[in-house]
Amino acid sequence: MPDAAGLDLIAEQLAAVDGDCLIGHSFERGRAELQIDPAKNIQVLQWLSDRGYSFLASLHGVDYYPHEPRLGVVYELLDMHEVDRISVKARVSVESPDIASVVSLWPGGNADEREVYDMFGVVFVGHPDLRRILMPEDYEGFPQRRDFPVGGEPVLFTYNEQGYGEDR
Amino acid sequence: MSTVSDYRKREESVTYSTEPAGPGETHELLTINFGPVHPSTHGVLRLYATLEGEIVRDVQPVIGYLHTGIEKTAEDKSYWKAIPVVERMDYLSYYFNAMAFCGAVEELLVLEVPKRAQYLRVIHLELDRLMSHMVWIGTFALDLGAMSPIFYCFRQRELLLDLFEMSSGQRMHTRYFQVGGVAEDIPQGFKQKVQQYLDQAPAVFDQLADLLENNEIALQRLRGTGVIDEQTALSLGVTGPLLRATGNPWDLRKAAPYSSYEDFDFKIPVGTVGDNYDRFRVRHAELYESLKIIQQALDGLPEGPYIADDRKVVLPPRHELATSMEALIHHFKLVTEGFRVPAGESYYPIESPRGELGCFVRADGSAKPARVHMRDPSFHNLQALAPMVRGGYIADFIATLAALDPIIGGVDR
Amino acid sequence: MEIKREQVDEFRVRQLRARDMLRNDLSDEDLEQYVEQAVVTTTLEKAIGWAQGNSIYPMTFGLACCSIEMMATASSPRVDLARFGWEAFRASPRQADLIILAGRISTKMAPIIRRVYDQMLEPKFAISMGACCSSLGVYNNYALIPADKFLPVDVYVPGCPPRPEALVYGILKLREKLQHNAKPGWRERYDAVGTEEVTGA
Repeated sequence: MPDAAGLDLIAEQLAAVDGDCLIGHSFERGRAELQIDPAKNIQVLQWLSDRGYSFLASLHGVDYYPHEPRLGVVYELLDMHEVDRISVKARVSVESPDIASVVSLWPGGNADEREVYDMFGVVFVGHPDLRRILMPEDYEGFPQRRDFPVGGEPVLFTYNEQGYGEDR
Repeated sequence: MSTVSDYRKREESVTYSTEPAGPGETHELLTINFGPVHPSTHGVLRLYATLEGEIVRDVQPVIGYLHTGIEKTAEDKSYWKAIPVVERMDYLSYYFNAMAFCGAVEELLVLEVPKRAQYLRVIHLELDRLMSHMVWIGTFALDLGAMSPIFYCFRQRELLLDLFEMSSGQRMHTRYFQVGGVAEDIPQGFKQKVQQYLDQAPAVFDQLADLLENNEIALQRLRGTGVIDEQTALSLGVTGPLLRATGNPWDLRKAAPYSSYEDFDFKIPVGTVGDNYDRFRVRHAELYESLKIIQQALDGLPEGPYIADDRKVVLPPRHELATSMEALIHHFKLVTEGFRVPAGESYYPIESPRGELGCFVRADGSAKPARVHMRDPSFHNLQALAPMVRGGYIADFIATLAALDPIIGGVDR
Repeated sequence: MEIKREQVDEFRVRQLRARDMLRNDLSDEDLEQYVEQAVVTTTLEKAIGWAQGNSIYPMTFGLACCSIEMMATASSPRVDLARFGWEAFRASPRQADLIILAGRISTKMAPIIRRVYDQMLEPKFAISMGACCSSLGVYNNYALIPADKFLPVDVYVPGCPPRPEALVYGILKLREKLQHNAKPGWRERYDAVGTEEVTGA
């Protein structure tokens, strides 16, 4: 990870490039994170990729219920030459869950974005084939949002066991 | 169902299109479904393969047939109880799943893992890597048509599972790694048994090499098939032996060592061409390197505690429960509610037998994780299947799919 | 002609009696005694059950972690299915008798398993191996379905994953069930009414 000073440097350089894309940055317990404006995510990621963080290790979603904006998309970037990791977080709300797709930068983000769409409902604009990937395609609801119930079968005890015919 | 959705119609149809190719000739493209139930898809992977004669023009994997909602279930359980849930994701490398999760939580807690625990973790991780590669070699050879290596490999796997059973009581999904160290110290006789295994293993690995390496059929089927170059692999997010077979020596054990890997001396096998034969050779050579690591860890195993001291996070040893009141209270709190982790996020990547396995944990100050995401290597490696098989024959497609080592439990989570 | 009863062991006595049998020299009680010792009589159902129980073709159907233990049961040198005659795993459901549901069944996979089970020919059996398909196991959530919601299961083998020895115990239970009262047709076995599949929809 870049240390706190390195992260401040990156934040300054990014702010110099484009003033309002960076909402905040934090370095906590060894994790360097940039919080960005979701409308500018491709520019920021392109800039970071040119700066060396050219490998997309992971693209995943987080639901920050009850804090707004609720749905976060986290990009974990890796610089293989310096062995450095940095995370980029963009948060969108449930009412307007659109964010640009990074498939043009990293073709490997294709399946990741489909999964985030499937589980959280974040719509990636510009994705070639945005369909559900893990749930059946005609499924309704976004399972990994915090207000979606976990589901499952109730545990059967004698008091709630169903009968199987007249003799029960 | 009287109204059939678009999705169901697409599921049930086979498309057949013709395109003009030259004077008086047409290409006929046939889209065939390699269903989720097929003897050569490793697990329940469905593939739509578009074929022109015997040549594969495109392949589209359809996943989700093993989706278990692991990440959602883990949000419902306290950190201690989420370890078995997360462990069953990539079902051949269960120690790695647990390691990634425990590592992420330890980073959030800023908890120091004692040296002995780190060495024990390394021993078990490398034994698990051996086991995973054994199963891979067996099923890979079976897909190529060689029926005997699977028996040798499963014999080795039984010996390794004996070792796991000795240290933790379970063969698979052992719940041995805990937040702060390992659940229990190794029993008497474990070191000797591991040493016995290490002494007989190289001969068996040589045997497997003799069976497959210079075999004419294996060479013809694997040399030059399923080639992918390094740039494409990197842009797709491919890591692990697949990336190392293309020539890029990226291994997290060397690049960003965790859990005392920097104390050990081992090499990284790297391929040249990026074809199926290189993938086989890379994984086979990794077996010997893992043996070296285990030998060094065993020889240098330090004395000391096997789990961290912090009683707010780690269960106290059972003999203290009879004498100390605080120990009883800590035990009670930890078992019923669980320990609380201060709010924050952490991503902990490790090198699993298939590539970079990372665990993202978001803690919100309560006793249950608010989000657990496992970055699974097979999920990303599977995207590399399409570039590898385009333009090749179906038989090479089967060999490439086997060499990719997809574990669908990890892909679907 | 009388049999010379010398002071020899059982085996010699039986040998001589067999010789006389072949020469058609035995009669009455000697003949009856010989037949009782040499011939087994049984009912046709029992004979068929014995043959069926020792020659089941399981289907290659592994889903998740339990499938690795199933592969270990079938092809590891320590515990193997060939000792029961069950080592011929068939890939096509039309050729298989037994489906061992090894692993977790997700909502997307359930209709596919049902279709595969329907393609199997009678008599057919199902073993639900592991905790996840028997009763959701560790994962009591939106994504999984227990096997007995859409399939009639004959034997449940608990465990996560069950040891090869546990799976073999389950298999022996199934074999016992087969050999004693296997009615062909799962609909008769389980009194299933109104379970015919509606195809073409």
